[in-house]
Amino acid sequence: MRGWVTLLAASLAVPVAAQDALPPAPYAYTQLDDPAQEAKAVELMETLRCLKCQSQSIADSDAPMAGDMRHQVRTRIAAGQEPEQIRQWLIDRYGDYVSYDPRITSSTWPLFVIPLILLLIAGVLLARRVGRKSTGGPEEIFEEADS
Amino acid sequence: MMRWTLWAPLLLFAFFLGLAGYQLFQPKDEFIPSTMIGRSLPEFSLEPASEARPGVTLADFKDGTPKLLNIWASWCLPCIAEAPHLEALNEAGVEIIGVAIRDKREDVDRFLATHGNPYSRIGSDEISAIQLEIGSSGVPETFVIDGNGVITHQHIGDVRADDVPELLEKLREAAE
Repeated sequence: MRGWVTLLAASLAVPVAAQDALPPAPYAYTQLDDPAQEAKAVELMETLRCLKCQSQSIADSDAPMAGDMRHQVRTRIAAGQEPEQIRQWLIDRYGDYVSYDPRITSSTWPLFVIPLILLLIAGVLLARRVGRKSTGGPEEIFEEADS
Repeated sequence: MMRWTLWAPLLLFAFFLGLAGYQLFQPKDEFIPSTMIGRSLPEFSLEPASEARPGVTLADFKDGTPKLLNIWASWCLPCIAEAPHLEALNEAGVEIIGVAIRDKREDVDRFLATHGNPYSRIGSDEISAIQLEIGSSGVPETFVIDGNGVITHQHIGDVRADDVPELLEKLREAAE
């Protein structure tokens, strides 16, 4: 019985929130007045990784730090910066990790090259296999089917 | 007899399966190191976060002596755990400048009254702006800053007893 009570208490317990008491940054949840700028900002925010909740973009996350990052994105867009400039500003501080937009670098190039090589090999194999059976056009295939 | 080439795709498949299985059981690396090491702190100016200490500007880091920049918050539990070790560093003669992230003045004052105050200055960063500028992704983090305001080392997570000698060594290196 006591075990069940403990279990129930444990499952109802709310972990001590390691959360601050401040309101979100001004532009964490407030859209920019200019719809074109806001669209640019949102497009960028969807491809930036939340550093606190690592499988979400900052557009998806309610973590205070993601809010602070959205504030940075929106204020910088409003100040006339280009989205790629802001992405680079973050990459300069956190590395490629912060961006969901993959770049070709010295460590990522195999990801882009290997599929091309595999396609090439598949193409060569296919050509050789087809080429072995027939050297002519469709007529030959029909002849083969008839015999 | 089967040709060995028939087995190659299966072996390749098994290799990738093994690789995926291996990665599943690797502990997740949650540390995101800053890429700002070797670069200067930005120009900034923060209001005091506490009644007890003045605010922080870039100029405070440029007096020629290496210092620690401690990113922390009163609402952060590991910050309580590292408080005595920051105190030890302070007693060893290290100047520690604090930046309180998303914090309220009364909360900072209460934290300092309860857990001690090893800081010479504490700035208030209400929107994590300085934190983002220096590539820090959480609290607490501790940066070694040389006498010219250049970041030379980043310690992620709370400072524990066995981190103290390492930080002292990094500060000594930064002084050279």
